This record gives sequence, structure tokens and C-alpha cells, in this order.
Amino acid sequence: MLKNSPGFHVPEPLARPGCEADFSHIALDAAGAVECPPIDVDPESIRNLPYRLIRVLDDQQRQTGPWSPDLDTDALKAGLRAMMVTRAYDARMVRVQRQGKTSFYMKCTGEEAVAVAAAMALEQGDMCFPTYRQQGLLVARKWPLVEMMNQVYSNSHDLLKGRQMPVFYSSRKAGFFSISGNLGTQYSQAVGWAMGAATDRDRCIAAAWIGEGATAEGDFHYALTFASVYQAPVILNIVNNQWAISSFSGIAGGERTTFAARGLAYGVPALRVDGNDYLAVYAVTAWAAARARAGHGPTVIELFTYRAEGHSTSDDPSKYRAAMTCGWPLGDPIDRLKCCMIGQGIWSEEAHAALQKEVDEQVRVAGKLSESYGTLKEGGRLPASTMFDDVYKDMPAHLVHQRAMMLGN
Amino acid sequence: MIQMNMIQAINDAMNVALASDPSVVIFGQDVGFFGGVFRATDGLQQRYGTHRVFDAPISEGGIVGVAVGLGAYGKRPIVEIQFADYIYPATDQLISEAARMRYRTAGEWWSPITVRSPYGGGIYGGQTHSQSPEGIFTHVAGLKTVIPSNPYDAKGLLIAAIEDDDPVLFFEPKRLYNGPFAGYHERPVQSWSDHPDSLVPEGHYTVPLGKAKIARPGGDVTILAYGTMVHVALAAAEETGIDAEVLDLRTLMPLDLDAIVQSVEKTGHCVVIHEATKTCGFGAELAALVQEHCFHSLEAPVERVTGWDTPYPHAFEWEYFPGPARLSAALRRVLQD
Repeated sequence: MLKNSPGFHVPEPLARPGCEADFSHIALDAAGAVECPPIDVDPESIRNLPYRLIRVLDDQQRQTGPWSPDLDTDALKAGLRAMMVTRAYDARMVRVQRQGKTSFYMKCTGEEAVAVAAAMALEQGDMCFPTYRQQGLLVARKWPLVEMMNQVYSNSHDLLKGRQMPVFYSSRKAGFFSISGNLGTQYSQAVGWAMGAATDRDRCIAAAWIGEGATAEGDFHYALTFASVYQAPVILNIVNNQWAISSFSGIAGGERTTFAARGLAYGVPALRVDGNDYLAVYAVTAWAAARARAGHGPTVIELFTYRAEGHSTSDDPSKYRAAMTCGWPLGDPIDRLKCCMIGQGIWSEEAHAALQKEVDEQVRVAGKLSESYGTLKEGGRLPASTMFDDVYKDMPAHLVHQRAMMLGN
Repeated sequence: MIQMNMIQAINDAMNVALASDPSVVIFGQDVGFFGGVFRATDGLQQRYGTHRVFDAPISEGGIVGVAVGLGAYGKRPIVEIQFADYIYPATDQLISEAARMRYRTAGEWWSPITVRSPYGGGIYGGQTHSQSPEGIFTHVAGLKTVIPSNPYDAKGLLIAAIEDDDPVLFFEPKRLYNGPFAGYHERPVQSWSDHPDSLVPEGHYTVPLGKAKIARPGGDVTILAYGTMVHVALAAAEETGIDAEVLDLRTLMPLDLDAIVQSVEKTGHCVVIHEATKTCGFGAELAALVQEHCFHSLEAPVERVTGWDTPYPHAFEWEYFPGPARLSAALRRVLQD
């Protein structure tokens, strides 16, 4: 992709602050151009796919090609709505973080399709092992917004009892595994979960998400090894949003090959998909899920997307990356699905504006309710003595003693 | 009761667990067809099949990460880390994941996993097959650490560890696998066959986690020991004629503080012995606890007898190993006044 100068090489992005973002190096397959193999395909015969880019929506946002999924109007509306709720939720939570009502927040702006389309393509019992930018999974699975907000506020109704940083959600009911700050650990755990499902001949499968930056962690390679060895029914998603805080994807090895291609060395079929194309993400997830359910083993999916905003509320992207006036060449996932639906005659600007209003109101109402249960620094919170619960199943004597000391006894 | 060595007792514990609980699975390097490099899983794959007992890649981080996932699914995994020295790639999954799963999910998920690992020196294993890393794990909230000293305890403690819903590190002093060992490497190897604790009940029983055992009652000084060092302590008491009470801690977390306090208040003297390095070793915690809880009963400072603060040296193993001579000297020091 980039020329080497002789000697020690430190990858640099094509543009830094002060320049216009440069996406000229990105090679795009035309929508519909990549073949869609049967799920029982010999993996040897699709070793080209990690170097292609599966797209369903063309530049006019018409769905085309062999990956085009057959979704009815209700399913499309549900996907659109979940992406819009996710974006509105993010907007509110950043605002309240700036108001000092919580310590931290992370948006997924521009990446809504990555999680929402995947959740829609999976079954409810399938277990998700996300990283911190897949809040769209919870939204799509209709986990109450107020529960998510309670977690972000660590308030009196926080189901995680104020023990986790904001956005480190966990919901057994929603099939959303506890998020770790130690990146990559969920990847081998997802494979383990899937191995359990396989030994029990359970219909459920596992799906995991990792950022392209964290593919450099050992756990990524442990997971691919175990998934390949035991043919675990698991989907291993790599969200390539181009940036790991301030490090561009080249620092994770993205200059030399694609992230999807890492699957090839393990003999795991790998797909590379336009992560901002709701229909394409839906289709590849459904394909990988069908493979896993039919006993054909794991699939790697690289979701090629762009982190439209900062890593979190704690960094300023204008300090390390070029500004973008033209936008990501693959567009905005919400706008694209909206245009596609309008083109099909099943949606309109008026309907969209009405839905936006409804979604904003839903988020506002949930926000007010959650704030009535307290925020990080004001209002209700659980007794501090609950910090000693759940370290072990039964509290050992030394913790009983320390709890009494904290309470001044 | 059946006469068993440590390996047979550990194997029997896993056999009982596999037979009584269909969610128990065992995996690790060489544990399947071959039955483990120390033979601890001998015959288990043949009896329970490859879906329940299977070989794993050489990937300690992967083994424990997969075990956490299996635990979340509803399995009760037992994994073998072939030598405790190899456990470090798995520390992220143990410390950041398994140990905190119950806490960070407020009880929605937990990690009912048992990590078995041969541990300690005395077999000329050099610095990569001899370490005692228990202090790294006892420092971590959410983990339990168990170290047996004889076949009876090994089986009962291992069944208790497997049935426990918290993650348990089960360190097996490898020098004790085939016989008790008091540190006299130049003497003929002893077998478990004439040791009373080698008589092991058939079938299911447990030795509860968090209960120490008085291995030798005494009135003048308390020796706090676990694993191989229990045998060193018994030998030192015998040779010196000192009326020492030897407390076999059996589990370090949870710790039987009551038993420690009771003994030290009676004897007024305390020596702690472990094979691990001294600085920030578990002995430091024990000495601090004795000081906090028994200060007014103590007639002398608490002494620690430990491995030196060096890597475990291959050729100088017996100068490193804290044997009866060093412990006896410490006992005499704390009792002289």
C-alpha cells in the first residue's frame, strides 16, 4: 500500500492536522461486485475475499448484487430506528458528560450499522462479546435506554452497582457480555462460550467484536487459534474504524495487509465488508451465523468503517488527525439506509423527520427518568458498603472485617 | 479407603467431578490422550470422551480465556497449566477477567474455573520449572488459592475447588507427587505408602476451603506452612526437639486467620516458611497479620524462612531450597531469650 524507505519504518497516516483528510489510498469494489458463496463453501476457494470489500448499497443507495438481503419494510424500519436511537442516545450522553453528570463517555457515531445490523442478523439467544463501541447491540435488542443510562451515571438503579466506568455495560438478559477495559480479552472468551455451545449441540452461537488496534493483542491470536482448532461456532468481528485513540491503523499493521486477511493464516474464512452499509453488514453477519449454526465453524469479518468522532470524551481528535470536510468516502450509515428506503418508496423525508422527533423524545424521557435516580455526583446512589459484595460468592472474613472498618465500626 | 499418592488422589478428584457433574470439562496441554506430563489426567479422556477431556494449544492465555467463556456458558472448567512458571501469559485473563467477573457484572456472570498447576522446586527444574508464584495471585481480590500437602487433602481440596463458584488456583507441589519430602534430597526417596494421609476415601468428599489443619500440635512456637514446607516443618520440629505447632494452612485465600491467631496466642512465637521468594511473598502478609492480631502475645519477632530473592538456580537448588536446617536455626533464634 505504501512505499518503504530503507531502514527503520514508523508508519504515518497520509494526513495530519492542518491538512485535509486523504482517503485516496482506499480501493473500493463496486457495490454488488463481490461473489456470495454458499455457506458450506470450501474455505480454500474464497481466500480472495479478505482483500475485497463487500458492498450492497451503491452510490445512489440502491441495493444490488448477490449479498443483497431480503428484508421486509418492518425489518428495515427497525434497523433504521435502532441506529437513530443509538445516535440520539450518544448525543445526549456526551452532553451530560460535558455537564459533569458523569465521568466519561464514548460515542459510536458513524459506526451505528456495525452493531445494529449485526444484532438484527443474529438470534436473540446468540451471545455477544462486545468491546466498548457496540452500544447499538443493546439498543437493537431493546435493552431499556434507562438501564444503559443508569450504568453511565452509576446511580441508585445501576444494575452494575456503580462498579464499572461509564459504557462498560453488561446484560445477561440482552445477551451482552460484560465489557472489559483490557482490550481483546473478550475474543478468547467468546470462543470458549461457543465451544460450550458446540459441545451441548446448542443452536446458539457467539459473536465477538474487537477494534483493529487491539488485533495486535495476544488474545486475538489465542481466539483465532482456538476457534480454528475446535471449529467453534463464533463470528469474530474486527471493527476497523481506522483509529486507535491517536494511532492510525498502520500502527496496528494495516499498511501491509487487511485485517480480515489475518484469518487466512488460521484457516478461518474471512470477509471484508463496508461497515457503513447496513444491508451489507446484515448480510455478512447472517451468512457467518448460518455457517456457524450449520456446524461449519468460525468466520472473521472485518468491518471497514470510520470513527467519525474522538475515541472518547477524553481526547481531542483535532490534535492528531486531519479534519474532514468531504466526509468518509463510504458515507453515513443512517443517511444511506434512509435514502435506500426512500428510493424503494417505503420511506419519506416527512416520515424520517417524524421518527427523529419520536426518537429524540424517547431518549429525553429515558434521560429524565434515569437522572431522577441520580447522577455520578448528585442524587441517589447505592450504599458504599455494597463495594464489598460480589468479590466472592460468599464474603470471606477479611472482607467482612474491612467493610466494618469502612463503616467506622 | 485406598492408598494413593498425590497424583492418584488428584486424578481421582477429577474422576469424581467428571462423573458427578456433566458440566465439568478438562483441558490443557497434553492432558488428553497422553493424560498429562505428570499423569494427573491419566485415563480420563478414555473414560469421559474427547468432548470433556481434551488437549489444548500451547497458549496459557487462550486456555484461561476460553475457560472464562466456557464458565460464562455454564460449564465448570478445570484447566491445567503445565508448570506454574508458565502461568504468566494467563495472568490478564485470571486477574482482569476471571477474578472480577462476578464483581463487575454484579453477580450476573462468574468464573467457576479451577486452574491446576504443578508448582515449587526440588526436581532440578531450574528457574522455569520450579517457581512458587502464589503471592502474585493471593494479592488479587476475587481469586482463591489452594496448596495441598498430602493425598487426602489434595483430593478433598480439589473437589471443593472444582465445586466452588469462584475461580480457584490449585497449586500442586510437584516434589510431593510421589512421596512426602522434607528437604533431604540426598536421602532415599520416600513413598506415600507408609504415610497416614495417603489413605484416601473412595468417591466424593471435600476438605473445605479456608480451613487450616494442625499437622503437629505443640506449645512453644507456631510454624505457618503450606505445601512441601509442611514436611520441612515437621522434620525441623522432630530434629530440634522443639515443641513446635505446625499449622498446614491448606488455603491461602480464604485464609484461616482464627486458627493462626489461636495457635500464636498459645505459643507466643511464630515462624513463617515458604519456598517462594521473600520480598512481598505471602509470608509478609502472614507476618503482618500475626503482628496485627497477636502483638501482645508475641515474645519474639516473627521470622520468615523462604527461598532467596533470586531466580531458582538450577545447580544451587539445595542452597536455595528452605530446608530443615534453615528452619531449625530460625526456630532456635525465636526461642532464645
